[in-house]
Amino acid sequence: MPDTVLEVTGLRRTFGTVRAVDDVSFTLAEGGSLGIVGESGSGKTSTARIIVGLERADAGQVLLHGSDRTARARGKARRLARARQIQLVFQDPYLSLDPRTTVEAALREALRLHFPDIDHARRITELLDQVGLGTRAASALPRRLSGGQRQRVAIARALAVEPAVMVLDEAVAALDVSVQAQVLNLLADIRAQTGIGYLFITHDLGVVRCVTDDVIVMRHGRIVESGPTAEVLATPQHPYTRLLLDSVPRPGWDPRQLAAARRALSLTTNRGNSTDS
Amino acid sequence: MTRTLDIRNLCLRLPDTARPVLDGVDLHIAAGETVALVGESGSGKSLTARTVLRLLPKGAETEGAVEVAGENVLALDPQQLRALRTGRVAMIFQDPRAAINPLRRVGDFLTESVRLTGAMSEPDATRRAAELLTAVGLDASVLRRHPGQLSGGMLQRVMIAAALMGDPVLLLADEPTTALDVTSQAEVVALIGELKERFDTGLLFVTHDLGLAAAISDRVYVMYAGRIVETGPAATLFTDPRHPYTLALLAATPRLAAPGGRLAAIDGQPPDLRHELTGCSFAPRCRFATQLCTTQAPEPHSAPGAPGHLAACHHSDRLEESAADA
Repeated sequence: MPDTVLEVTGLRRTFGTVRAVDDVSFTLAEGGSLGIVGESGSGKTSTARIIVGLERADAGQVLLHGSDRTARARGKARRLARARQIQLVFQDPYLSLDPRTTVEAALREALRLHFPDIDHARRITELLDQVGLGTRAASALPRRLSGGQRQRVAIARALAVEPAVMVLDEAVAALDVSVQAQVLNLLADIRAQTGIGYLFITHDLGVVRCVTDDVIVMRHGRIVESGPTAEVLATPQHPYTRLLLDSVPRPGWDPRQLAAARRALSLTTNRGNSTDS
Repeated sequence: MTRTLDIRNLCLRLPDTARPVLDGVDLHIAAGETVALVGESGSGKSLTARTVLRLLPKGAETEGAVEVAGENVLALDPQQLRALRTGRVAMIFQDPRAAINPLRRVGDFLTESVRLTGAMSEPDATRRAAELLTAVGLDASVLRRHPGQLSGGMLQRVMIAAALMGDPVLLLADEPTTALDVTSQAEVVALIGELKERFDTGLLFVTHDLGLAAAISDRVYVMYAGRIVETGPAATLFTDPRHPYTLALLAATPRLAAPGGRLAAIDGQPPDLRHELTGCSFAPRCRFATQLCTTQAPEPHSAPGAPGHLAACHHSDRLEESAADA
């Protein structure tokens, strides 16, 4: 049994009357890959933001290698140390990269902040090499790069600080199929080489099948089902998981029947969370 | 019988580019038919759809013909063009929030086009709008709401209702479900299907999602670098692809049924517009490519015994053998 790198217990966050994250608990094994699937408003992104530290939880704990991340970090050194534990890669690298900063400068900035004493030039070459970018990309501004290349830069920047966990929030959703496949393969290689744990947030069940070991399914802020990915996708237990699976278009697909199933499910849940217990 | 949409040898050039953005596109839709146009970003699929409404980028030069119910769109005068856009052809865009004025009520938005062209009186337009809102699963109270008060799925239904206001013969849907959740996607697709049947509208469904294209359409066109590389019935195109690009796209798609692990990624990138293309546009990324492919652009030819299934590839027959090996 591998060690646990990330342990989340009883996470809760409310916005007004909405329980965005409601009693969410899970663990991520060292070097493991855990998928979080759900639709908009299911609480998957709020959960990720709390884990990374962009949002504060009302209750619950986030333990990384056994130490709590939810308490406020005091002092620069402590904040930096915490930032090194978990790194986040967003969906849209257009918005997460500074348009006026070259790729090389962006990586150097991260390295200078976290590792002031190492040879930055060598490490930058190493990082670019690791994500499959050439030296020509190093001197480019983000707008000169394609979507796939930009996402490689975002991954390189996350890798620069040598995190224990990477949170990938719809990180391949905006990419074309052929480019998405390249980036998914890259992520699989990086995990095999570095042992970094992945928290893979996505709405695409095909992607979940491809890159995760375990999966949790979220709806209305709660976890409705969890387990090994292959098992959950092959024999879903919760009606919502079944609906999600049936909603994936395929030949012989009947959207009308799905629309009816969706309405039926939202009726039963609104009547008192009977299916969520 | 006149086709609802008939695009013949459409070429579109933009200033400061070395090759045409659309290069000899042939595409047709019969009355009541659903046709999917699939491809990746930059392949020209959205541009093809927009050309049907003559929504062209600045400085664009076109050649060829785009006929809607026998009328050449590229040759219409401004008044005829306006009638086309408000009546016979309607478009649904990917992001409903970008296509609606947030300050105006939904009712104003729905009735605007028919009121402006004088096609309907205001009470008639409002009655029709209320009817269509019911048809898309909303109710007439939505007429008084502002876009900000509706969810993405509801707003996309409003867009569908708006598209049907002028009784179009052709509906252009440009990634209409890409911004929606999978379960809302199913609802919106079901809805478009029902309405299309009821009003016998032809549908051009532009998408990058091969699974969705296979699930909903009668026929499919696959586009790469401004050219149609393969077309055929949805039922056989994805099971027996005859163009290496279609085959590669299918292999690169993460699937529920497939085991986890590495995907068959397509190496390289699509050609950019700064370089002229000689030969087949996919040749540099194609594992079947030979000398011939780099010098001579392949003409579309049909599969044996299937005249409606065309692929522009010199090696379609080798493809079949390799699929049998795999």
